Amino acid sequence: MIDFVLNGEVVSASSDDDTPLLWVLREELKLRGTKFGCGIAQCGACTVHIDGNPMRSCVMPISAVAGKSVTTIEGLATPAGDALKTAWTEAQVPQCGYCQSGQIMQAAGLLEKNPNPSDVEIVDAMNGNLCRCMAYPRIKKAIKTAANGGALS
Amino acid sequence: MMKQQKGISRRSFVAGMAGSSLMMGMGSLVTGCSVEQASEAMASGDLSKVFSPNIWFELNGAGDVLINVVRAEMGQHVGTSLAQIVADELGADWSKVTFKHVDTDPKWGVMVTGGSWSVHTSFTMLSQAGAAGRTLLIDAAAKLMGVAADSCMAENGVVSSGSKSLTFAEIVSNGDFSRTLSEDELAAMPVKAPAERTVIGRDVRNLDVAPKSEGSAVYGLDAELPGMAYAMPLLPPTRYGSTVNSINDSAAKSIPGYVGAVPINDPSQTVQGCVVVAAETLPAAMKAAKAVTVDWSAGPTANVDEAAIIAEGMRIANDPEGGTLYVNEGDIAAAKSGAANSMAATYTTATALHFTMEPQNALVGFDAEGRCHIHAGNQWQSLILPYLAQALEMPESYIIIHSYYLGGGFGRRLFGDQMIPAALAARELGRPVKLMFDRAADTRFDCVRSPSVCSFQATFDDNGALTGVDHTVAAGWPTKGMAPSFLGTGIDGKGKFDGFSISGADHWYSLSSHRVRAMNNELAQATFLPGWLRAVGPGWISWGVESFLDEIADQMGQDPVAMRMSLLDGAGKNAGGEGSTVGGAKRLAAVLKDVSERAGWGREMPANEGLGVAVGHGQERGMPTWIACVAHVAVDPASGDVSLKKLWQTIDVGTVVNPDGAMAQAEGAALWGVSLALHEGANFANGEVVEQNLDRYTPMRMADVPELDIAFVDSQEFPSGLGEPPLIPVAPAIGNAIFAASGKRVRDLPIKLA
Repeated sequence: MIDFVLNGEVVSASSDDDTPLLWVLREELKLRGTKFGCGIAQCGACTVHIDGNPMRSCVMPISAVAGKSVTTIEGLATPAGDALKTAWTEAQVPQCGYCQSGQIMQAAGLLEKNPNPSDVEIVDAMNGNLCRCMAYPRIKKAIKTAANGGALS
Repeated sequence: MMKQQKGISRRSFVAGMAGSSLMMGMGSLVTGCSVEQASEAMASGDLSKVFSPNIWFELNGAGDVLINVVRAEMGQHVGTSLAQIVADELGADWSKVTFKHVDTDPKWGVMVTGGSWSVHTSFTMLSQAGAAGRTLLIDAAAKLMGVAADSCMAENGVVSSGSKSLTFAEIVSNGDFSRTLSEDELAAMPVKAPAERTVIGRDVRNLDVAPKSEGSAVYGLDAELPGMAYAMPLLPPTRYGSTVNSINDSAAKSIPGYVGAVPINDPSQTVQGCVVVAAETLPAAMKAAKAVTVDWSAGPTANVDEAAIIAEGMRIANDPEGGTLYVNEGDIAAAKSGAANSMAATYTTATALHFTMEPQNALVGFDAEGRCHIHAGNQWQSLILPYLAQALEMPESYIIIHSYYLGGGFGRRLFGDQMIPAALAARELGRPVKLMFDRAADTRFDCVRSPSVCSFQATFDDNGALTGVDHTVAAGWPTKGMAPSFLGTGIDGKGKFDGFSISGADHWYSLSSHRVRAMNNELAQATFLPGWLRAVGPGWISWGVESFLDEIADQMGQDPVAMRMSLLDGAGKNAGGEGSTVGGAKRLAAVLKDVSERAGWGREMPANEGLGVAVGHGQERGMPTWIACVAHVAVDPASGDVSLKKLWQTIDVGTVVNPDGAMAQAEGAALWGVSLALHEGANFANGEVVEQNLDRYTPMRMADVPELDIAFVDSQEFPSGLGEPPLIPVAPAIGNAIFAASGKRVRDLPIKLA
């Protein structure tokens, strides 16, 4: 059994130590907002926060998060997270929507560290997250809206 | 009540109370059924035997409007757009409108979401259904209020007459609604004039966006059934003709939770040589899939590579008289024999992947009555059901596909072939099976966009005037592989063609002689299942047509925009007709003029930079979306790197139902065009795609996004479609801009100058 904090509550996972965190979240703990895309940490659909940092859960063995704090889209309730979810709806960002949990988690990680990112900083932070619908212009726009000129800082 | 003759299937509108809700729908009565029987069947809740509704909605006693949507949601916000059409005519309060995407049932008739068809093909019917509903609500309200129906109006969920008014909730709770309308009455329904519309053309919040922004939207891969096993597929070395010699699962048996390895014997022959590995958990299934080894005899295409497929395309495309005749204007033979000069060019596109972010999956269980329940996102349920029936050797009526959000469609989910191994494994194991393809398996099982070859010859007279274009198109044909009954017949009555894989060759330029022939690349067809990929034929055919037109303009010493304008004269067959074709080529000329002005066409460009232009005319000649596109590129003369700086598009799609949703589709489709032009290309080697994951297949990322300037024409014409068309002119606009910037003519997609 591996204990970690998930969205603010201590949970125990009984999956094998080498099971990727993604599958523990989705299949054992039934939190299905985090998505599977490529399985090799190249698309970002599986992005969650581990101790506040956006990480790819598809390649993260559950053993590596023992004692750590994991946040998923379902538990993202920081000011930046709330602002992003609101901005996502205002900008009507999602198309198919499948990558958007990962996009929002990645963007939340950015705004936590850099509350007023430039365009270049947004692109640098987001370039690892594939949106197959190519909703990139709206993703960028929503991040800027959420940042609101640094108002979250 | 109108009485209808038995034995004739006609479109009707039926309405009546079911419990405390008012149900209304429009569709076809099945043969032998009367409208009275339809009303009775509705009241008893057993409508499916007598009525096949294209649209079905209900109003409850609280005034909520629930609209059943037969189309699939894959990012186009289709439910919102279709609901807007109904709600506008109905006079509904938009804030009380919701919808659901329905599961398959024979009563829904054909279920397909593709071809950029949804709004175009539904608009009239949804408008009439909404207007019929409004008429019934007004009639009932007029009786309740004791006023004349023609003194009433319905707006924002309220029927009013002078100072009197009733809400929809009050009308539904107290009114009398047993009523049907015949086809003739429906056709006479007072559909609103464009100026009276209040919901169509208004920016509304797409109702699928909030759940997709909170992680609560449910996709096929999120579905769950009690007692389900998880499974992964092991795919054979070739798509067709591989057979399983033996399966060795001795190493898998030590994996806790391992259930078994099931060879899939598909009587429909859709899925060949597949083995499904099942376990109690997904991680165990993934481990077991790695531990099971299968010995296959590979099919005959095990050594085919990309170059061989393209070479075969070149061979057939350059056959002077082969293929199926699709366009034959003027006299191409005379144009050639009388030519003072001619020029030829051949264009190719490489294999391209759908790469939906949600990989293929299906959860299948059988209920106590033996019915097969399939849980998976899908675009063309009516296509896969007969295959499933054949594979499972059970009646179609015993198979139900439950609807989910699609984690990307792009044409991949027009075919539900992944459901077959899941269903056969579930039956074999006697329990529900959730089959998930990992990314490599998803790619290997993809119905990819076929490599294609377009060959052109242009002829000129003594004065250098263009006298004719001879065009051939060679590719694998999706329709031949998946829906052969939809193949068309050549205009001379000879041969077959795939209409989706030749569309775009029948363009709107007036040419004195113009011939188009379609060729099926049989090596492509044998090696893989060709798929419909976003924009399908026009996506590769316009690459050739619009690039070659630029070559002709250059040859003739004409400006590419001016030259196109001169050919878009709207003469003869290019004058257009009814529906979306109203205005014909003149509407294409209008968007071309607009975009060239907005892009500053003709202005001085910095060194190594250039503008390129191209037009697109939608998915089909009968359903044109008029688009003109200008691309601004910079080409690094040393490295050959191409930088796309900006794209302009002007789009005339007719009436825009959902403006912000339309813009989102245009942005996404245009950027797909960029990605296919500059970033995406796959290769077959040893009978399968080499680039199976994102380490080698490289769709566009945020850093590659150019500036976009997209404008819609303010139009009240009949709405066309938008999911695909903005993709079409992008690649040739980029290629033509590269020529303007560097003098280098590119003829192969994806573009590689370096």
